[in-house]
Amino acid sequence: MNVACRIVNLQEEYIKLFNDQKSLLQSGAPKKMNSLRDDALKIFEEKGIPSNKVEAYKYTNLQPYFKGSLNVAFTNDAAHNDITQHFHCEVPQLNTYNVFLVNGWFSAKDSDLNLPDGVIVCSMQEAEQKAPDVFEKYYGETAPMKEDSLVAMNTAFAQDGAFIYVPKGVVLDKPIQLVNIMTGDEDRLAFQRNLIVVDENAQLKVMLCDHTMSSQRFVINTVTEVFAKENSVFDVYNVQNQHNLTTQVQGIYVHQKKNSNILTNNLTLHAGIARNNVNVTMDDDHCESHVYGLYLSDKNQHVDNSTFINHAKPDCQSFELFKGVMDDSATGAFSGRVYVAQDAQRTNAYQSNNNLLLTDNAKINSKPQLEIYADDVKCSHGATVGQLDDEAMFYLRARGINKEEGRILLMFAFAYEVIEKIRVEPLKEQIRGLVEKRFRGEFDKCDSCVVCGQPGSNASCL
Amino acid sequence: MAEDQNKILDEVTGGEYKYGFYTDIEMDTIPKGLTEDVIRMISAKKNEPEYMLEFRLKAFEKWQKMEMPDWAHLNIPEIDFQDIIYYAAPKKKPQLESMDDVDPELRATFDKLGIPLDEQKILSGVAVDAVIDSVSVKTTFKETLAEKGIIFCSISEAVHEFPDLVKKYLGTVVTDSDNFFAALNSAVFTDGSFVYIPKGVRCPMELSTYFRINAMNTGQFERTLIVADDDSYVSYLEGCTAPQRDENQLHAAIVEIVANERAEVKYSTVQNWYPGDKEGKGGIYNFVTKRAICKGDYSKVSWTQVETGSAITWKYPSCILQGDHSVGEFYSVAVTNNYQQADTGTKMIHLGKNTRSLIVSKGVSAGKSQNSYRGLVKVSKRADNARNFSQCDSLLLGDRCGAHTFPYLEIANNSAKVEHEATTSKIGEDQIFYCNQRGLSTEDAVGLIVNGYVKEVINQLPMEFAVEAQKLLQISLEGSVG
Repeated sequence: MNVACRIVNLQEEYIKLFNDQKSLLQSGAPKKMNSLRDDALKIFEEKGIPSNKVEAYKYTNLQPYFKGSLNVAFTNDAAHNDITQHFHCEVPQLNTYNVFLVNGWFSAKDSDLNLPDGVIVCSMQEAEQKAPDVFEKYYGETAPMKEDSLVAMNTAFAQDGAFIYVPKGVVLDKPIQLVNIMTGDEDRLAFQRNLIVVDENAQLKVMLCDHTMSSQRFVINTVTEVFAKENSVFDVYNVQNQHNLTTQVQGIYVHQKKNSNILTNNLTLHAGIARNNVNVTMDDDHCESHVYGLYLSDKNQHVDNSTFINHAKPDCQSFELFKGVMDDSATGAFSGRVYVAQDAQRTNAYQSNNNLLLTDNAKINSKPQLEIYADDVKCSHGATVGQLDDEAMFYLRARGINKEEGRILLMFAFAYEVIEKIRVEPLKEQIRGLVEKRFRGEFDKCDSCVVCGQPGSNASCL
Repeated sequence: MAEDQNKILDEVTGGEYKYGFYTDIEMDTIPKGLTEDVIRMISAKKNEPEYMLEFRLKAFEKWQKMEMPDWAHLNIPEIDFQDIIYYAAPKKKPQLESMDDVDPELRATFDKLGIPLDEQKILSGVAVDAVIDSVSVKTTFKETLAEKGIIFCSISEAVHEFPDLVKKYLGTVVTDSDNFFAALNSAVFTDGSFVYIPKGVRCPMELSTYFRINAMNTGQFERTLIVADDDSYVSYLEGCTAPQRDENQLHAAIVEIVANERAEVKYSTVQNWYPGDKEGKGGIYNFVTKRAICKGDYSKVSWTQVETGSAITWKYPSCILQGDHSVGEFYSVAVTNNYQQADTGTKMIHLGKNTRSLIVSKGVSAGKSQNSYRGLVKVSKRADNARNFSQCDSLLLGDRCGAHTFPYLEIANNSAKVEHEATTSKIGEDQIFYCNQRGLSTEDAVGLIVNGYVKEVINQLPMEFAVEAQKLLQISLEGSVG
């Protein structure tokens, strides 16, 4: 069921919406989800949608984007229509377990997923039946509801999303791809909530692909919680490819146990307003985390990456690299915080943020931060803003490469440092191709999306 | 090995404040508290012209509407602003004719600190404008400076004698509504220094002022204004030590610097106010607003600071680079020990074309202290070819202290080149081993490594200050050894 609402004063209407639709919100949702709603709403009521007065959202005022006439789907009708039939994310040679979500609702998965024994991939609504203990134990445990009002909002409103559980010792041979498609004839607000649990000695790679399929204005609030248990390996690649009217707040909250190794990579190729939060808590010794991001923005786009790496225990390592290219009137922000708790000795933490500004109107704000309470640590961070190297350009031109080609070559070399970190070979090739096209100005649409190529459905190519 | 090291670190970082003594001079104070009447009283006591009173009252009005900022990485106990005496001056003495007229106790205080007010002043070539609790008691070398047309006097004097200059520049760099403490200072400042370097003059000597906080329960509200006119140069030194005291003392100063075309100003600070005892009791609260504007083309301002004292330091000497080709520099060493807290750094605001800035910040934390660097590099849309390089290093001595880095980069021009890098580490065992192997004790090795680590900044200080700064570092970290 669709509910249309007009938001002017933010909290007031959102809270009214919550209270009016409470029964719909709760129906079908797992107990644990429903049990957190009221507390979450209270926090949301108190803090509201963050404006740039909130330090964590200093460079992204989200308030205007959460206003206006928006539709919210409180039931999963849309997920059952055949929209996913038209859509196929065709990453060449990339064999994945493909799962669709429509407007945040879990849709029918590929008929023959052929998942290894014990692996569960289902909607959040079913999770309670399929893995009651796991769901009960982990849902809502790592997303910082109290600190971030958008997480609170998601916790209050979210009804569905994907649930993935990989049992002990299972190594998935290919990535699970969660494709979220935003569609509809009205401007829309959607919530999505994912929970991923990778048990001991298990390995999992996940791709989160975000697409838009119609030209309406979309506001998306996604929260993904990840638990990486002892000795597990987990990768998540978030490929954002949405039209300019999209506002996406995407949060990935990872909780790590002993010897686990995780990687997150936010590849923002095209998005209107994107705010990506990545929080990693290393809650045991000898964890390793890799947090990467690449953002390519033009027109009036805005990308804000915010990371928080919490070294709560000793002997952990973190590596962080975010790179951005800002064209036209695009604005970008990076804010990274590395926190080393007292007694988290022998910590190694590296953080780097590099930006290229291509035009006079592009803007970048960078805020790398270190907060350190232990002494036996090696922590460093660096941030740069600059242009293409004149000398490198001269070198290329002296060898007969024209200016434009040289420019693309250098920009691509700049971006490739992040692409290189992708641990799924075919995806690396795919992203490489997309980024190159993007720099050549040929990238107006997601190349991997067949829909765009079809007559009458080029809406996402805005 | 590691245990030994820790033991020695504990020993050397556990030293007591060496400059803790108290001079007993008769004081002229007013009742505690802050009201409009108090401000009128301060103004009247200082016999100020009407425009200054207006300036103060306007600031007071704004201050009343403000709240104390809480964004810094500091844990500030609540301050009762009504429990502070806002004016304290040594009892008025007849105008002093020579050194012999200076209070012997006061002179003894200076001697203990090694301030060359006596014969040494000529040898060292330093003109000293000694400020004891807010009122200048002695100004030297005035004539030498006057010959060149340089004005170097207390700000209260300047208010009377150079009203045009004061009116033109006072409050233009740090406005009375800039922040909570700036507003407070604008309302109640009692004294400070005023420097004016006329066009084309290169100040022949280092100008210096020694600040000391000396009376019980008095916050000291200094106000310094330095104006360097076209093609001039001045190097200004400020150094502070304060006697040991149990009650917290509030210090909210303002320093304003204006550099006109092709002018260069170098401002150096050594700050060693009472940091509180080993349990974190007492100590000075140092909430200072320091800002410079490079108004003219090709002007340059350079801040150098060595911060070893104060229980809480909240200080961001900044540069507004307005003129084309102007240059801003910031060199800082901040050492915190025991329960000290420091949140310090700089702001470089690039407005003009081809402006450059350099930031070198070195933090050393020991004991249970917290040491933060917080800085902003802002390049506005019109600031073509701006260049910035920032380096912020932290050294941790001990496992109960914190070192934090909060840089902000806001870049809105595509020809800007901005780089920031920061590292945090402790003294490597291999470094200590290397020194031990060559016959240095672990203790000496720590001193050597720390001094080497901050060398880049100390080198920026004028010679006489560099010596003092090195001593201070030793005292701060080595205690009894120094």
